[in-house]
Amino acid sequence: MPERELTFAQAVREALAEEMRRDSRVCIIGEDVAEAGTPFKVLSGLVEEFGAKRVVDTPISEAGFTGVAVGAAMTGLRPVVDIMFGDFITLTMDQMVNQAAKAHYMSGGHWRVPMVMRTTLGATRRSAAQHSQSLHAWFSHVPGLKVVLPSTPYDAKGLLKTAIRDENPVVFFEDKMMYKLKGPVPEDDYTIPLGVADVKRAGDDITLVATSSMVQVALGAAILLEKEGISAEVVDPRTTWPLDEKTLIDSAKKTSRVIVLDEGYGRYGVTAELAAVIAEGAFYDLDAPVKRMGAMHVPIPFSPPLEDVTVPTEQTVFDAAKSMC
Amino acid sequence: MTTATSKPETSHGTSMEKEKWLHAYRQMVSIRLFEEQVNEVYTRALMPGLAHLYSGEEAVAVGICEALRIDDYITSTHRGHGHCLAKGASPDRMFAELLGKEAGYCRGKGGSMHIADPATGNLGANAIVGGSVGIATGAAFSAKTLGTDRVAVCFFGEGALGQGSLYEVMNLAQLWKLPVIYVCENNLYNEYTHYTETTAGTILGRATAFGIEAASVDGQDVRAVNEVATRLVKRARTGGGPAFLQCDTYRYSGHHVGDINREYYRSKQEEQLWKTDRDPILVLAKWLIDRGSADVASLDRTTSEVRAIMEAAVKFAIGAPYPNVDEVGKHVYA
Repeated sequence: MPERELTFAQAVREALAEEMRRDSRVCIIGEDVAEAGTPFKVLSGLVEEFGAKRVVDTPISEAGFTGVAVGAAMTGLRPVVDIMFGDFITLTMDQMVNQAAKAHYMSGGHWRVPMVMRTTLGATRRSAAQHSQSLHAWFSHVPGLKVVLPSTPYDAKGLLKTAIRDENPVVFFEDKMMYKLKGPVPEDDYTIPLGVADVKRAGDDITLVATSSMVQVALGAAILLEKEGISAEVVDPRTTWPLDEKTLIDSAKKTSRVIVLDEGYGRYGVTAELAAVIAEGAFYDLDAPVKRMGAMHVPIPFSPPLEDVTVPTEQTVFDAAKSMC
Repeated sequence: MTTATSKPETSHGTSMEKEKWLHAYRQMVSIRLFEEQVNEVYTRALMPGLAHLYSGEEAVAVGICEALRIDDYITSTHRGHGHCLAKGASPDRMFAELLGKEAGYCRGKGGSMHIADPATGNLGANAIVGGSVGIATGAAFSAKTLGTDRVAVCFFGEGALGQGSLYEVMNLAQLWKLPVIYVCENNLYNEYTHYTETTAGTILGRATAFGIEAASVDGQDVRAVNEVATRLVKRARTGGGPAFLQCDTYRYSGHHVGDINREYYRSKQEEQLWKTDRDPILVLAKWLIDRGSADVASLDRTTSEVRAIMEAAVKFAIGAPYPNVDEVGKHVYA
């Protein structure tokens, strides 16, 4: 029997549905999550199965309902909060950074905040500067939070199930351009541990460390490089925290050249951290400085030809890799 | 919208009622003397960080918490020692926390502004003004979703009225009829600024705009606070939805212990007036004595007993060990 394929959105929905069937404490809270199923239709059908008490529509109040989720998580529920666009996490920062991330530590381990925040990242959807950012580095900076960046339908389902079962606040970023991407997803109940990187493609000459949306870009670039006789390895950390440093460093030692790709802003971003981890761990095995490729340091513009140059593409990654090999 | 004051004394109080108010008296004295010890320990440089004293506001915490069950939830503020004690926390572990000792409620990691105690439903004190409004509302969301009959009380000062998140969660609470009571302790000052300089409109109008049951009460009269709190808690517990209670009170000390010279924002005469005419402990003491439930000597005995407990708690905390440094990396993640 051929392996079943699901879209990224279907994989997310299936993970939620399975966890909600498994554990009655799991509930979804957010804007237009019930009948509307979100603008991306990721949650379609869930309110029909689980009812409005567990798939809870809210007013447009990101700080308010995120705060409610923090308190609900501390007192017996396992909420999954839906923040429609990743840009709107700015409205939830106190709740996530000062409350959710710190309640366990500040209370000396007494209180726990088992909640998930699902949100999106990614440009090139012609959505302009306030609906296109990839701000996952912000949460990765904060002790007490975990940050997940799935890049395939398979990973999305397995990682989301783990995130929901985690005892800590987990922020789960979905690339909105990837919702229609199809890939194999087993029907069985599998999970993927947080903090375990995945080698998406093995290679010998250069390592492309890529997150979320950039994994597909890296895989595309690897095909172009192969035609030039360059063998690229694509490593997906899958979570920025916890971070599987060993897999990144081992790959860097093997290939001796590394490009780090992430759709967040390059300055002070995920690429900087991953490059530093690799430089510290594999310095004497490197034949070239670790190269970073992220979003340009500009607000994401609306005009298509402008927007397209703000993020790495298969071609720009190919060019960079070729110049290093 | 109602404004409550306690009913005139009755001559037919039951012994249960007598015990209740003697207990409330003891609780208020406990908070007052706890804070006296904090002031002492702080000025002797034994306590790191900041100390925000609750003295003067005792009737609010005690009046509210005496209307709650042990398994009801509270969230507290940077000025939170009174809430913790009123909900049942023990002074020795509180002092240990204030001194950063391992025996503290948070193993020394929270300090004065973050005491949390699951055993008494204390979800934690919060050092972000208005920072706990979501947590309290979320606890009420859990209670409703899980079908328990718990109630959540969110304590905050009138300074939090400037925070937008308060209005977001009040909207949610009323939409969803959550069992949460927003207790606004109006001690008149947002740190060093009189609240009338920061607060447009009326305080209760903020709640009634959402259709939330709203009341104000003399926050120096523990019986009045308790009476209205009992009504609102019962209402919330039985599905009546959220409420907002404005308690008019006064902060005897500065914003924190180091806030000594306060004449640029309030006068010594004003402070004195509240202490002599409207002190919550004196108000209750007078009532207890007038109705024959206590006399000066018995109340003095209570004070002495409580003082001994507080002194022992401080002694315990001073002698308690600091956490081992390897504690620093524990409890970042559960």
